Amino acid sequence: MNIHEYQAKALLEKFGVPIPKGAAAKTPEEFINALTELPEGPTMVKSQIHAGGRGKGTFTDGYKGGVKFCKSKADAKEVAARMLGNTLVTAQTGPAGRKVQTIYFTVASDIKKEYYLAILLDRVASRPVIVASTEGGVEIEKVAHETPEKIFKVVVDPAYGLADFQVRELVTRLGFAGNEAKNASKLIRCLYAMYWETDAAMVEVNPLISTPSGEVLALDAKVSFDDNSLFRHPEIVTLRDLNEEDPKEVEASKHSLNYIALDGNIACLVNGAGLAMSTMDIIKHFGGSPANFLDVGGGATRSQVVAAFKIILGDPNVQGIFVNIFGGIMDCNVIATGIVEAVREVGLKLPLVVRLEGNNVEAGKATLASSGLTIVSGDSMADAAQKIVKLVAAAA
Amino acid sequence: MAILVTPETRILVQGITGDFGGRHAKLSLDYGTKVVAGVTPGKGGQFFEHGTHRVPIFNSVASAARETGATVSAIFVPPPFAADAILECADAGLDLAVAITEGIPVRDMVRVKRAIAEKKMRLIGPNCPGVVTPGSGEKSYGGCRIGIAPGYIHKKGHVGVVSRSGTLTYEAVYQLTVLGIGQSTCVGIGGDPVNGTSHLDVIKMFNDDPETVGIVMIGEIGGNAEVEAARWIKANCRKPVAGFIAGATAPAGRRMGHAGAIVGGAEDTAAAKIAVFAECGIEVAVTPSDMAAALIRAAKARGVTLS
Repeated sequence: MNIHEYQAKALLEKFGVPIPKGAAAKTPEEFINALTELPEGPTMVKSQIHAGGRGKGTFTDGYKGGVKFCKSKADAKEVAARMLGNTLVTAQTGPAGRKVQTIYFTVASDIKKEYYLAILLDRVASRPVIVASTEGGVEIEKVAHETPEKIFKVVVDPAYGLADFQVRELVTRLGFAGNEAKNASKLIRCLYAMYWETDAAMVEVNPLISTPSGEVLALDAKVSFDDNSLFRHPEIVTLRDLNEEDPKEVEASKHSLNYIALDGNIACLVNGAGLAMSTMDIIKHFGGSPANFLDVGGGATRSQVVAAFKIILGDPNVQGIFVNIFGGIMDCNVIATGIVEAVREVGLKLPLVVRLEGNNVEAGKATLASSGLTIVSGDSMADAAQKIVKLVAAAA
Repeated sequence: MAILVTPETRILVQGITGDFGGRHAKLSLDYGTKVVAGVTPGKGGQFFEHGTHRVPIFNSVASAARETGATVSAIFVPPPFAADAILECADAGLDLAVAITEGIPVRDMVRVKRAIAEKKMRLIGPNCPGVVTPGSGEKSYGGCRIGIAPGYIHKKGHVGVVSRSGTLTYEAVYQLTVLGIGQSTCVGIGGDPVNGTSHLDVIKMFNDDPETVGIVMIGEIGGNAEVEAARWIKANCRKPVAGFIAGATAPAGRRMGHAGAIVGGAEDTAAAKIAVFAECGIEVAVTPSDMAAALIRAAKARGVTLS
């Protein structure tokens, strides 16, 4: 689960990580209150969306920059008015962009130097890793590609937690000394505590900055959480912003369906994540284009299948449906009955190819065949994929 | 021989009184698997009954192992308690724990993996379909089925299957069985980013198992476990290996159902992994329908008989 920068900053602050003073606002009326919390002077105005590249983004009305420096609070208020309600397109949002529904104002800090700091899971070590670089404020992928020697990592032993010598190593390699080193050490310890205690999936501070007066601050923050851990963090669940998620994905999650929208025209309904991924792949392999990833789980019930069909058909790009079920334990006939009922209930008019395999498959196929519906049966994944690709191409 | 478990292995089920654990304990009993104990704290002394089977329930893994001689646990307990269930198995000195549970917090698994590193117990999973060593009866009856895989699709034989995904494993097994090619052991290592056993761990076991003559390795986007295994295979494995990677069409940065299935960089895409497979002499299945056929091609090239 992702959260906004302003929410991440509040969490950071709670764990003792120094941040520039800031305040968020969701309406023009709230701008005034938010800005009164900040001192007069240079102010940053930051669009709050769950995507990176905001500073270099462009709004759909042509206005440039989703993050702006303003000389005064009065300017900041005007800039914020241009951003709020406007749709921001960045390298990470896709061409549709995201509507800005919250503005975050912060004091514009004096920057002496920018750094990079992130904490995430090292999958190879199965332990947390702190990634740091003297090159901050730029894309870390670019640094990793061009100057990998400027990135260093410290893997944390979960039995002991982050050790003092590891903090010293990080601070030294980042080039901090004296008072700055002391401040940076404290920040790293607090950031790690936040990562660990909130079950974060990733905490990324880019840039981390030093100021001429020796402060070390988290200027930006991107935080995401491990979905499996949310049950023990009800306070974090309240930070979820459904406006940032595809409505079809939100609806799917209500039915315990795992749905991810893609940009193709052949919808898939599959049981199992691995099979669902490879169903998309095989559609592509035979020249089609998948409209979604959809895993109905191991025990697809009738109501889940109906919900899945409704979600799939909510995507206007869909021109055909491919149902691919390997009913290992589940009775294929139960699934087939569910499909027939779902098709009747939603009044499906698009081509539908069903591939059933496994337990009681003959009865399942008979149910589909005797339904009176135009359901095409596929013998293998490859056969079914070729059939749906052909049907969709013929209908176009 | 097989790897990890044989038809004689005695297993216990943690969470046997829950819907999920109970349903699959029954299916394992029906398959002929020696399910000798159940563990549900607070329900010790009761019995899990199914047909003529009467499986004793214990309050702890240690007492279940001591009383029944169980050496392997199938874990079906809900996510908040699953990490503790794994630690309990390690403490009781079991040989193997197979964690079926989906949705265990990553932080819990990071701690568990660290805690069991120096124990003799191996962990398979979590978020996995489990392990099947097919038996010699009809529809592979009499085998050892730990977890949620459909037993009847298997056939006793000499091909090892290792995969992160449940349904893709079934797909591969079914293709092999239909072609008359049996399996030594099928291992689902699970779709989570932190798991107990990697592709490579299982590949090494298959390589050392004299009864396994060929291997199907199924992977997906995210992480580098498949690449690590492929490089080892190139240097050390003389058995034919077929490989498949799911997720070629997955958009970067999105989790595709499995918590671990996410493209983070250029190295963990399907294309990158498939390229490494090819370079390491692994016969690549071009579609999931091609997995058994790919192994047959690999076996033919090396002059190996699979069945």
